Amino acid sequence: MLLSRPPEDPARLRVLAVASAGGHLVQLRRLRRAFAGCRTVWVVTDPVFAADIRRDAERDGAPPPEVRAVPEGSLWSKVSLLRQMLAIAWIVVRVRPHAVVTTGAAPGYFAIRLARLLGARRTVWIDSVANADELSRAGREAGRHADLFLTQWPHLAAAPGEDDPKAPRCWGAVI
Amino acid sequence: MIFLALGTQLPFDRLTRAMDGWCARNPDAEVLGQIARLGPENHRPAHFDWVEMMPPEDFGAAFARAEFVVAHAGMGVIITALTLGKRLVIMPRRAELREHRNDHQRATAARFGTRPGVTVVEDEAALHAALDRLRADPPSPGAAQAADHADPDFAAAIREFLLTGRRRS
Repeated sequence: MLLSRPPEDPARLRVLAVASAGGHLVQLRRLRRAFAGCRTVWVVTDPVFAADIRRDAERDGAPPPEVRAVPEGSLWSKVSLLRQMLAIAWIVVRVRPHAVVTTGAAPGYFAIRLARLLGARRTVWIDSVANADELSRAGREAGRHADLFLTQWPHLAAAPGEDDPKAPRCWGAVI
Repeated sequence: MIFLALGTQLPFDRLTRAMDGWCARNPDAEVLGQIARLGPENHRPAHFDWVEMMPPEDFGAAFARAEFVVAHAGMGVIITALTLGKRLVIMPRRAELREHRNDHQRATAARFGTRPGVTVVEDEAALHAALDRLRADPPSPGAAQAADHADPDFAAAIREFLLTGRRRS
Protein backbone atom coordinates (compact mmCIF):
# COMPACT_ATOMS: atom_id res chain seq x y z
CA MET A 1 0.00 0.00 0.00
CA LEU A 2 1.45 3.34 -1.01
CA LEU A 3 1.86 6.25 1.33
CA SER A 4 -0.82 8.87 1.57
CA ARG A 5 0.02 12.56 1.27
CA PRO A 6 2.71 13.67 3.75
CA PRO A 7 1.24 15.48 6.77
CA GLU A 8 1.63 19.24 7.09
CA ASP A 9 2.45 18.97 10.78
CA PRO A 10 6.27 18.44 11.04
CA ALA A 11 5.78 16.42 14.22
CA ARG A 12 3.89 13.80 12.19
CA LEU A 13 6.32 13.70 9.26
CA ARG A 14 8.28 10.44 9.29
CA VAL A 15 11.88 11.00 8.26
CA LEU A 16 14.69 8.49 7.83
CA ALA A 17 18.11 10.09 8.42
CA VAL A 18 20.66 7.68 6.96
CA ALA A 19 24.47 7.72 6.99
CA SER A 20 27.32 5.25 7.04
CA ALA A 21 30.22 5.58 9.48
CA GLY A 22 32.80 8.34 9.59
CA GLY A 23 32.47 11.56 7.64
CA HIS A 24 29.03 10.68 6.25
CA LEU A 25 27.49 10.62 9.73
CA VAL A 26 29.46 13.63 10.96
CA GLN A 27 28.01 15.63 8.06
CA LEU A 28 24.41 14.44 8.58
CA ARG A 29 24.58 15.28 12.29
CA ARG A 30 25.55 18.82 11.35
CA LEU A 31 22.35 19.05 9.28
CA ARG A 32 20.03 17.82 12.04
CA ARG A 33 18.19 21.16 12.23
CA ALA A 34 16.77 20.32 8.79
CA PHE A 35 14.60 17.63 10.37
CA ALA A 36 14.44 18.72 14.02
CA GLY A 37 11.00 18.13 15.51
CA CYS A 38 10.07 15.55 12.88
CA ARG A 39 9.41 11.92 13.71
CA THR A 40 12.95 10.94 12.78
CA VAL A 41 14.53 7.50 12.73
CA TRP A 42 18.32 7.55 12.37
CA VAL A 43 19.88 4.66 10.47
CA VAL A 44 23.60 4.08 11.11
CA THR A 45 26.04 1.26 10.35
CA ASP A 46 27.23 0.59 13.90
CA PRO A 47 25.21 0.80 17.13
CA VAL A 48 28.08 2.64 18.87
CA PHE A 49 27.12 5.83 16.98
CA ALA A 50 23.81 6.03 18.85
CA ALA A 51 25.76 7.67 21.68
CA ASP A 52 26.83 10.59 19.46
CA ILE A 53 23.30 11.12 18.19
CA ARG A 54 21.87 11.00 21.71
CA ARG A 55 24.45 13.51 22.91
CA ASP A 56 23.47 15.91 20.10
CA ALA A 57 19.81 15.61 21.11
CA GLU A 58 20.63 16.31 24.76
CA ARG A 59 22.60 19.39 23.78
CA ASP A 60 19.72 20.57 21.57
CA GLY A 61 17.17 19.92 24.33
CA ALA A 62 15.41 17.47 22.00
CA PRO A 63 13.72 14.20 23.06
CA PRO A 64 15.85 11.03 22.91
CA PRO A 65 16.28 10.07 19.25
CA GLU A 66 15.38 6.71 17.74
CA VAL A 67 18.46 5.05 16.21
CA ARG A 68 18.60 1.78 14.26
CA ALA A 69 21.81 0.04 13.23
CA VAL A 70 22.18 -1.92 10.01
CA PRO A 71 25.15 -4.07 8.97
CA GLU A 72 28.12 -2.29 7.46
CA GLY A 73 28.16 -2.67 3.65
CA SER A 74 31.36 -2.68 1.66
CA LEU A 75 31.62 -2.20 -2.09
CA TRP A 76 34.11 -5.06 -1.98
CA SER A 77 31.58 -7.50 -0.58
CA LYS A 78 28.26 -8.13 -2.35
CA VAL A 79 27.07 -10.25 0.57
CA SER A 80 27.54 -7.41 3.03
CA LEU A 81 25.62 -5.06 0.71
CA LEU A 82 22.78 -7.54 0.39
CA ARG A 83 22.54 -7.94 4.16
CA GLN A 84 22.54 -4.18 4.54
CA MET A 85 19.83 -3.76 1.91
CA LEU A 86 17.58 -6.30 3.62
CA ALA A 87 18.00 -4.58 6.98
CA ILE A 88 17.09 -1.24 5.43
CA ALA A 89 14.12 -2.76 3.61
CA TRP A 90 12.81 -3.99 6.96
CA ILE A 91 13.16 -0.53 8.52
CA VAL A 92 11.53 1.17 5.52
CA VAL A 93 8.56 -1.21 5.63
CA ARG A 94 8.12 -0.68 9.38
CA VAL A 95 8.65 3.08 9.47
CA ARG A 96 6.98 4.03 6.14
CA PRO A 97 9.00 7.24 5.85
CA HIS A 98 7.55 10.24 4.04
CA ALA A 99 11.07 11.58 3.60
CA VAL A 100 14.65 10.31 3.46
CA VAL A 101 17.70 12.48 3.99
CA THR A 102 21.17 11.00 3.53
CA THR A 103 24.80 11.98 3.09
CA GLY A 104 25.65 8.49 1.78
CA ALA A 105 26.95 6.12 1.14
CA ALA A 106 25.45 2.65 0.32
CA PRO A 107 22.74 2.67 3.04
CA GLY A 108 21.50 6.03 1.78
CA TYR A 109 21.22 4.66 -1.73
CA PHE A 110 19.16 1.69 -0.53
CA ALA A 111 16.96 3.87 1.68
CA ILE A 112 16.13 6.24 -1.18
CA ARG A 113 15.34 3.46 -3.64
CA LEU A 114 13.22 1.46 -1.17
CA ALA A 115 11.37 4.42 0.34
CA ARG A 116 10.46 5.63 -3.15
CA LEU A 117 9.13 2.17 -4.02
CA LEU A 118 6.67 2.61 -1.15
CA GLY A 119 5.68 6.07 -2.29
CA ALA A 120 8.01 8.53 -0.52
CA ARG A 121 8.56 11.58 -2.73
CA ARG A 122 10.75 13.71 -0.51
CA THR A 123 14.05 11.87 -0.74
CA VAL A 124 17.26 13.89 -0.57
CA TRP A 125 20.79 12.80 -1.46
CA ILE A 126 23.47 15.18 -0.21
CA ASP A 127 26.78 14.17 -1.75
CA SER A 128 29.62 14.17 0.80
CA VAL A 129 31.77 17.28 0.89
CA ALA A 130 34.72 14.86 0.49
CA ASN A 131 33.78 14.56 -3.17
CA ALA A 132 35.33 17.84 -4.23
CA ASP A 133 36.53 16.96 -7.73
CA GLU A 134 33.73 14.69 -8.90
CA LEU A 135 30.46 13.34 -7.58
CA SER A 136 30.72 10.08 -5.64
CA ARG A 137 29.86 6.85 -7.40
CA ALA A 138 26.97 6.25 -5.00
CA GLY A 139 25.82 9.82 -5.57
CA ARG A 140 25.74 9.42 -9.33
CA GLU A 141 23.62 6.29 -8.87
CA ALA A 142 21.36 7.54 -6.10
CA GLY A 143 21.04 11.07 -7.46
CA ARG A 144 19.14 9.83 -10.49
CA HIS A 145 16.49 8.41 -8.19
CA ALA A 146 16.40 11.02 -5.43
CA ASP A 147 13.73 13.73 -5.48
CA LEU A 148 16.42 16.23 -4.58
CA PHE A 149 20.09 15.74 -5.50
CA LEU A 150 22.57 18.09 -3.87
CA THR A 151 26.33 18.47 -4.13
CA GLN A 152 28.20 20.66 -1.64
CA TRP A 153 30.52 22.08 -4.31
CA PRO A 154 29.21 24.80 -6.66
CA HIS A 155 31.52 23.71 -9.49
CA LEU A 156 29.92 20.22 -9.50
CA ALA A 157 26.35 21.55 -9.64
CA ALA A 158 24.21 22.01 -12.74
CA ALA A 159 25.03 25.20 -14.62
CA PRO A 160 22.60 28.07 -13.92
CA GLY A 161 19.67 27.82 -16.28
CA GLU A 162 20.12 24.12 -16.86
CA ASP A 163 16.70 22.59 -16.39
CA ASP A 164 17.59 18.88 -16.20
CA PRO A 165 15.74 17.93 -13.00
CA LYS A 166 18.18 15.07 -12.37
CA ALA A 167 21.29 17.29 -12.38
CA PRO A 168 22.72 18.06 -8.93
CA ARG A 169 22.15 21.47 -7.32
CA CYS A 170 24.32 23.21 -4.76
CA TRP A 171 22.48 24.88 -1.87
CA GLY A 172 25.43 25.14 0.52
CA ALA A 173 27.81 22.99 2.52
CA VAL A 174 28.00 21.48 6.00
CA ILE A 175 31.34 23.16 6.77
CA MET B 1 49.59 14.02 23.48
CA ILE B 2 49.50 13.62 19.71
CA PHE B 3 46.47 11.72 18.38
CA LEU B 4 46.74 9.68 15.18
CA ALA B 5 43.31 8.95 13.64
CA LEU B 6 42.98 6.77 10.55
CA GLY B 7 39.23 6.28 10.24
CA THR B 8 37.15 3.13 10.39
CA GLN B 9 37.54 1.55 6.97
CA LEU B 10 41.08 0.65 6.02
CA PRO B 11 44.53 0.59 7.58
CA PHE B 12 47.05 3.08 6.22
CA ASP B 13 50.55 1.60 6.50
CA ARG B 14 52.40 4.46 4.85
CA LEU B 15 51.24 6.90 7.53
CA THR B 16 51.44 4.38 10.40
CA ARG B 17 55.05 3.54 9.51
CA ALA B 18 56.05 7.17 9.06
CA MET B 19 54.59 7.96 12.49
CA ASP B 20 56.37 4.97 14.02
CA GLY B 21 59.67 6.17 12.55
CA TRP B 22 59.22 9.63 14.03
CA CYS B 23 58.30 8.19 17.44
CA ALA B 24 61.44 6.01 17.40
CA ARG B 25 63.49 9.21 17.14
CA ASN B 26 61.33 11.13 19.64
CA PRO B 27 60.84 8.68 22.52
CA ASP B 28 59.62 11.43 24.84
CA ALA B 29 56.64 12.26 22.60
CA GLU B 30 53.31 10.82 23.78
CA VAL B 31 51.35 9.47 20.81
CA LEU B 32 48.06 7.56 20.76
CA GLY B 33 46.96 5.92 17.51
CA GLN B 34 43.57 4.68 16.28
CA ILE B 35 44.76 2.86 13.21
CA ALA B 36 41.76 0.81 11.88
CA ARG B 37 41.46 -2.98 11.65
CA LEU B 38 44.78 -4.49 10.64
CA GLY B 39 45.31 -7.52 8.45
CA PRO B 40 48.19 -9.95 9.05
CA GLU B 41 50.36 -8.07 6.56
CA ASN B 42 49.90 -4.62 8.09
CA HIS B 43 52.54 -2.74 10.05
CA ARG B 44 52.16 -2.96 13.83
CA PRO B 45 53.68 0.15 15.40
CA ALA B 46 56.38 -0.51 17.99
CA HIS B 47 57.07 3.03 19.19
CA PHE B 48 53.66 4.40 20.16
CA ASP B 49 50.47 3.21 21.87
CA TRP B 50 47.71 2.25 19.49
CA VAL B 51 44.34 0.54 19.18
CA GLU B 52 42.52 -0.54 16.04
CA MET B 53 39.12 0.95 16.88
CA MET B 54 37.81 3.18 19.66
CA PRO B 55 34.29 3.78 20.95
CA PRO B 56 33.08 7.28 19.90
CA GLU B 57 33.36 8.64 23.49
CA ASP B 58 37.03 7.63 23.71
CA PHE B 59 37.69 8.96 20.24
CA GLY B 60 36.14 12.31 21.20
CA ALA B 61 38.11 12.42 24.46
CA ALA B 62 41.42 11.65 22.72
CA PHE B 63 40.68 14.28 20.10
CA ALA B 64 39.87 16.89 22.74
CA ARG B 65 42.98 16.11 24.80
CA ALA B 66 45.40 16.11 21.84
CA GLU B 67 47.92 18.90 21.32
CA PHE B 68 47.32 18.28 17.63
CA VAL B 69 45.96 15.50 15.43
CA VAL B 70 47.56 13.52 12.60
CA ALA B 71 45.15 11.79 10.22
CA HIS B 72 44.19 10.54 6.81
CA ALA B 73 42.24 13.12 4.76
CA GLY B 74 38.82 11.87 5.90
CA MET B 75 35.97 14.35 6.33
CA GLY B 76 35.02 13.09 9.80
CA VAL B 77 38.42 13.98 11.19
CA ILE B 78 38.68 17.26 9.25
CA ILE B 79 35.27 18.53 10.39
CA THR B 80 35.96 17.48 13.99
CA ALA B 81 39.32 19.29 13.99
CA LEU B 82 37.80 22.47 12.51
CA THR B 83 34.95 22.53 15.04
CA LEU B 84 37.32 22.00 17.99
CA GLY B 85 39.88 24.48 16.64
CA LYS B 86 42.45 21.67 16.76
CA ARG B 87 45.60 21.75 14.62
CA LEU B 88 45.63 18.97 12.07
CA VAL B 89 48.19 17.25 9.83
CA ILE B 90 46.63 15.18 7.03
CA MET B 91 48.15 12.70 4.61
CA PRO B 92 45.73 11.83 1.78
CA ARG B 93 45.29 8.17 0.87
CA ARG B 94 46.24 7.35 -2.71
CA ALA B 95 44.35 4.96 -4.96
CA GLU B 96 47.44 3.87 -6.91
CA LEU B 97 48.95 2.53 -3.66
CA ARG B 98 45.63 0.78 -2.92
CA GLU B 99 45.11 2.97 0.11
CA HIS B 100 41.53 3.76 -1.00
CA ARG B 101 39.13 3.06 -3.87
CA ASN B 102 39.77 6.41 -5.53
CA ASP B 103 41.66 9.66 -5.07
CA HIS B 104 38.92 11.70 -3.39
CA GLN B 105 41.14 12.19 -0.34
CA ARG B 106 43.63 14.09 -2.49
CA ALA B 107 40.80 16.35 -3.65
CA THR B 108 39.65 16.80 -0.07
CA ALA B 109 43.21 17.63 1.06
CA ALA B 110 43.60 20.18 -1.73
CA ARG B 111 40.34 21.92 -0.76
CA PHE B 112 40.70 21.83 3.03
CA GLY B 113 44.49 22.16 3.26
CA THR B 114 44.15 25.94 2.99
CA ARG B 115 42.02 26.22 6.15
CA PRO B 116 43.80 27.73 9.16
CA GLY B 117 45.58 25.11 11.29
CA VAL B 118 45.53 22.41 8.58
CA THR B 119 48.80 21.07 7.10
CA VAL B 120 48.84 18.58 4.21
CA VAL B 121 51.80 16.18 3.91
CA GLU B 122 52.41 13.77 1.06
CA ASP B 123 55.29 11.67 2.42
CA GLU B 124 57.30 10.67 5.46
CA ALA B 125 59.82 13.53 5.24
CA ALA B 126 57.06 16.14 5.08
CA LEU B 127 55.24 14.46 7.97
CA HIS B 128 58.36 14.52 10.15
CA ALA B 129 59.00 18.19 9.36
CA ALA B 130 55.38 19.05 10.22
CA LEU B 131 55.53 17.07 13.49
CA ASP B 132 58.77 18.79 14.52
CA ARG B 133 57.33 22.21 13.73
CA LEU B 134 53.97 21.68 15.51
CA ARG B 135 55.63 20.20 18.54
CA ALA B 136 57.97 23.17 18.89
CA ASP B 137 55.08 25.57 18.46
CA PRO B 138 52.38 25.34 21.17
CA PRO B 139 48.74 25.76 20.08
CA SER B 140 47.37 29.28 20.20
CA PRO B 141 44.76 29.43 22.99
CA GLY B 142 42.09 31.24 20.98
CA ALA B 143 42.16 29.10 17.83
CA ALA B 144 39.08 29.76 15.72
CA GLN B 145 36.41 27.09 16.01
CA ALA B 146 33.94 26.38 13.24
CA ALA B 147 30.25 26.29 14.21
CA ASP B 148 28.75 23.03 15.46
CA HIS B 149 26.07 23.08 12.76
CA ALA B 150 25.98 23.40 8.99
CA ASP B 151 25.30 26.79 7.46
CA PRO B 152 21.77 27.68 8.78
CA ASP B 153 20.54 28.67 5.31
CA PHE B 154 21.58 25.31 3.91
CA ALA B 155 19.76 23.39 6.65
CA ALA B 156 16.70 25.65 6.30
CA ALA B 157 16.47 25.04 2.55
CA ILE B 158 16.62 21.27 3.06
CA ARG B 159 14.05 21.56 5.85
CA GLU B 160 11.70 23.44 3.56
CA PHE B 161 11.95 20.65 1.01
CA LEU B 162 11.40 17.89 3.58
CA LEU B 163 8.39 19.65 5.11
CA THR B 164 6.68 20.98 2.00
CA GLY B 165 8.31 19.44 -1.08
CA ARG B 166 9.18 22.96 -2.30
CA ARG B 167 12.61 23.58 -3.80
CA ARG B 168 14.52 26.79 -3.53
CA SER B 169 15.82 27.99 -6.91
